[in-house]
Amino acid sequence: MAVALIMVLVAIGSVVFHWLSPWWWTPIASNWEYIDQTLIITFWITGIAFVAVVGFMAWCIFRYRHRPGQQAHYEPENKRLEVWLTVATALGVAAMLAPGLFVWSQFVSVPDDATEIEVVGKQWQWSYRLPGEDGKLGTSDVRLISDTNPLGLNPDDPNGRDDVVIEAGDLHLPVGRPVKVLLRAIDVLHDFYVPEFRAKMDMIPGSVTYFWFTPTRTGTFESLCAELCGVGHAVMRGRVVVQTEEEYQAWLQGQRTFAQLAAR
Amino acid sequence: MGDVAHTAGTAVPHDDIDGAELYHPHSWLTKYVFSQDAKVIGVQYALTAIAIGMVALVLSWLMRLQLGFPGTFDFIDPAAYYQFITMHGMIMVVYLLTALFLGGFGNYLIPLMLGARDMVFPYVNMLSYWIYLLAVLVLVASFFAPGGPTGAGWTLYPPQAILSGTPGGQDWGIILMLLSLCLFIIGFTMGGLNYTVTVLQARTRGMTLMRMPLTIWGIFTATVMALLAFPALFVGAVMMLLDRLLGTSFFMPALVEMGQQLSYGGGSPILFQHLFWFFGHPEVYIVALPAFGIVSDLIATHARRNIFGYRMMVWAIVIIGALSFIVWAHHMYVSGMHPWFGFFFATTTLIIAIPTAIKVYNWLLTLWRGNIHLNLPMLFALGFIVTFVNGGLTGLFLGNVVVDVPLSDTMFVVAHFHMVMGVAPVMVIYGALYHWYPKVTGRMLDDMMGKIHFWVTFLGAYLIFFPMHYLGLLGVPRRYHDIGQTSFVPDSAHTLNAFISVVALVVGAAQLLFLFNLFWSLRRGKEAGPNPWNATTLEWQTPETPPGHGNWGRELPVVYRWAYDYSVPGAARDFTPQNEPPPAAAP
Repeated sequence: MAVALIMVLVAIGSVVFHWLSPWWWTPIASNWEYIDQTLIITFWITGIAFVAVVGFMAWCIFRYRHRPGQQAHYEPENKRLEVWLTVATALGVAAMLAPGLFVWSQFVSVPDDATEIEVVGKQWQWSYRLPGEDGKLGTSDVRLISDTNPLGLNPDDPNGRDDVVIEAGDLHLPVGRPVKVLLRAIDVLHDFYVPEFRAKMDMIPGSVTYFWFTPTRTGTFESLCAELCGVGHAVMRGRVVVQTEEEYQAWLQGQRTFAQLAAR
Repeated sequence: MGDVAHTAGTAVPHDDIDGAELYHPHSWLTKYVFSQDAKVIGVQYALTAIAIGMVALVLSWLMRLQLGFPGTFDFIDPAAYYQFITMHGMIMVVYLLTALFLGGFGNYLIPLMLGARDMVFPYVNMLSYWIYLLAVLVLVASFFAPGGPTGAGWTLYPPQAILSGTPGGQDWGIILMLLSLCLFIIGFTMGGLNYTVTVLQARTRGMTLMRMPLTIWGIFTATVMALLAFPALFVGAVMMLLDRLLGTSFFMPALVEMGQQLSYGGGSPILFQHLFWFFGHPEVYIVALPAFGIVSDLIATHARRNIFGYRMMVWAIVIIGALSFIVWAHHMYVSGMHPWFGFFFATTTLIIAIPTAIKVYNWLLTLWRGNIHLNLPMLFALGFIVTFVNGGLTGLFLGNVVVDVPLSDTMFVVAHFHMVMGVAPVMVIYGALYHWYPKVTGRMLDDMMGKIHFWVTFLGAYLIFFPMHYLGLLGVPRRYHDIGQTSFVPDSAHTLNAFISVVALVVGAAQLLFLFNLFWSLRRGKEAGPNPWNATTLEWQTPETPPGHGNWGRELPVVYRWAYDYSVPGAARDFTPQNEPPPAAAP
């Protein structure tokens, strides 16, 4: 009796906690509301399944508890019941998977008008690169990294000469314009993570990875590293400032290009 | 024994000694230390696993002290914290759960439940334990090595695992960890071949595969999986050792560390991740399948009801085992692998939910219309169902690729895997220990201590890990020794962290009560008799309790029925042992 009651309380308590908990996701600042919606669908389906399973278990504990004269029912199999339950589960799984895959296909299809920018991780600092007036990022190579060329840009590549290099400053982005974030690491794995944007991806030394999003509201957002990168992992912080187009352009004018840095 | 085919005319002297005399050990050393008896080896495995598990428990306390009260304990700096999480994770997953389920329960139960005298290769079986012990000692040695143990996280991702920014990366830590893993895998392979061949070849007369208890199905399938999955970790470990010691570049691309160009070049960090998770995901089920099997038997026995849908249960175990080899990259959705992989791995991952759900339904339907005795093993089985269902359902968040993107690498993941492969299998381990302790020792574990242990552990663990999901939802990353001042983390999250830490200390203390019970009941526990739970399976029908060397006296048992004849209509008792002949055949 007490056991059944406690199990019911565990189920009810979990649901109550879910609704009353002050801990919930950060207000979204990107185009990925679809991800939040898929998460909500998943919460509903799994929440119902959890309460049903624990509730049924508690009822069985109460109803079929051992009493004198009680005898269990002998029934090795029940095909119809098993098939019915399998089909119901498959439908529930499909109801989560279908929207999940649909949103994923958007997540991996970068729009053609997305601006390419670059985030570079190293222990334990973020750097950024924006394309110059040509709108193109130049090539780079880890072997070219030096004190005067911290991101390893190729000095012979004309596309790279007007690239804006931001070392250890804030990343600024204009609101409402899709960006494809190219990710590079020069020492170990890192992961550029801004909770409000929902999207994130590891950066791997030796490869260039990416994700895309559109900032949807202005503000300053804290970026963290989400992939263990050594003892400084927790202090690898940065800031992303999302601004209106005019503010952004004003900021951009004050930044230095690779050519200017190299001429130092 | 001693039967040899003679060729005529060759004089072969008769054995002077009876074969049985050669079979049984004669000294204390060969009986209890260098024993070839699977039961003794099983107990050795279990005690070693529990001992190293206590280290992992203390490490979890230290981590929680840091997370709950950051800055209070000077000796826990970031390096120490990363060493604690790494060793805690590796010990729990490999050296405790895998070793205890397969080496501990596998050794003790496989021969007994199948009506065999022992494992088929007893000497190799003995070696398996001693190599496991050596692996544990090498692992422990890293605590005392220069630079301390590795702090690379239990996933040991290169390049950071072997670079100087990570504790133990350029010292002994990572080397000892990789060596220890290699030793573990060698030792496990010796044991694993034994379990597999014993199940296939040494079952007694009448014990068909489809009459085996689900415990054996779970352990058997998990063993086969482990034999296929561990080699991937083995090669990964060897290659990383070569990268670290000889300067090869299997996993190391050209990189610049702290402004220094290193001589590595051309390797792939992500290749290691594929190798690791090709092992790592089956590993989840290597732990889960024995737990599934054991909990099925606990529920059937203590609900006095046949397991519901036995054939479906067997097929579910086998299908889960097979599918678990094609879902590994769901650990890598945000690793930077080709994004199209996401479609495939999300689909396979969610498909696995179906056979898993069937298992949950069948446990519930076994309780339904049962005659439920709320003994300690049953309580732990119920605790398992709640925590496993909870952890399994949050797996549907993380498995569904796009939902994983915001949640990966946050505390949501930590909460999920602790619930599903930490708390849930540990519940089964405890249930199993309360269930089989009377067979191993002849005495019952104390009931009062057991009840306190259960409620504190079950409710406490739930209070620790359920709210933790919401920290992850908020965006708190995992593997942070201190979240510090972060714009989106409110003060209330720090309060929650402190609460979780206090509960964790209490839950840890309850495990000490269990340890005390384990030793106290050895002498003071109630006499158990041969079959205290009125169970049907063969291990409860041995002529002696605890069973002697060779298990069965002079004659092996003969099996006439499946393992779940509980409450058969018309039978005199509410259980019919597997070796009880049908009425017509009785003399």
